Amino acid sequence: MKFLSFVLIVISLFSFSTVSAEENDKKNKITKNLRCLICQGQSVYDSDSEFANSLKIVVDKKLQEGLSEDQIYEYFRIKYGEWILYDPGLNKNTYILWLLPILIFLIGGAIIYKSFIIKNK
Amino acid sequence: MKNKILPFSITIIFGIIFFIFYKGLEDSKIYIPDINTKKEIPVFKTKDFFSGKNVKSTSIFELNKIYLLNIWSSWCVPCRQEHPFLMNLNLDNKVNIIGMNYKDNLKNAENFLKDLGNPYKEIFIDLDGTIAIEWGAYGVPESFLIYNNEIIKKYIGPLNQELVDEINLFKK
Repeated sequence: MKFLSFVLIVISLFSFSTVSAEENDKKNKITKNLRCLICQGQSVYDSDSEFANSLKIVVDKKLQEGLSEDQIYEYFRIKYGEWILYDPGLNKNTYILWLLPILIFLIGGAIIYKSFIIKNK
Repeated sequence: MKNKILPFSITIIFGIIFFIFYKGLEDSKIYIPDINTKKEIPVFKTKDFFSGKNVKSTSIFELNKIYLLNIWSSWCVPCRQEHPFLMNLNLDNKVNIIGMNYKDNLKNAENFLKDLGNPYKEIFIDLDGTIAIEWGAYGVPESFLIYNNEIIKKYIGPLNQELVDEINLFKK
């Protein structure tokens, strides 16, 4: 009987830890992508300010409520604006950020094409 | 013709990069949150400061009344500075001042109110700071002007005479 309860405890311990580890990974990933608004230059994950600590609790709560990662980002975007996200979406303020690499890639490609491939012909 | 393409495209690339950096110079690096957009107030459950009973936010805020939600804490030094302005604002009872006690020790908070006076019509507790996040708040002190369950204006940092005058304009 003692052995049985011991096994049960061990099993439950292991199952608990895997669940929380998965949840922790997700929580860390989300908080790393949120900007601490009162200690700029740091993510919520890195910061230990009152604001960041509360935010971590809220992320935990939202995960337990079953919200997806994107839903949580959307929730904070509505509350605090685009600035809180480290990974901003495409809009009128960020279009250069998103389009510039493509533009440079195309121009660079054109230069290479013109100067090497055409030359070789 | 072939030789001209290379300098031409390099000039364009540098032009674009220059434009982006130049545009970036004009932007402020200090983030100023949007304080003028109207937002509906959040719905939440909390506890009353004095009685410790559970309260719903919907029972605190009524339609057609002006409220000032003030986030405060006894450990927050600027809150002490702004407290006399809140007391002044409360004199004519036109604005209902609601307090949100932020991450505080109850005893210290009670002493704070004993020393400086209590301008609040109601106070509720935010022990872990999560309700402040629901409101989109940054920290203490912070105040929200509310009318018809909408946030009309947000004041980040301590109130001063200028802001009190502005709030007085709203209540007329």
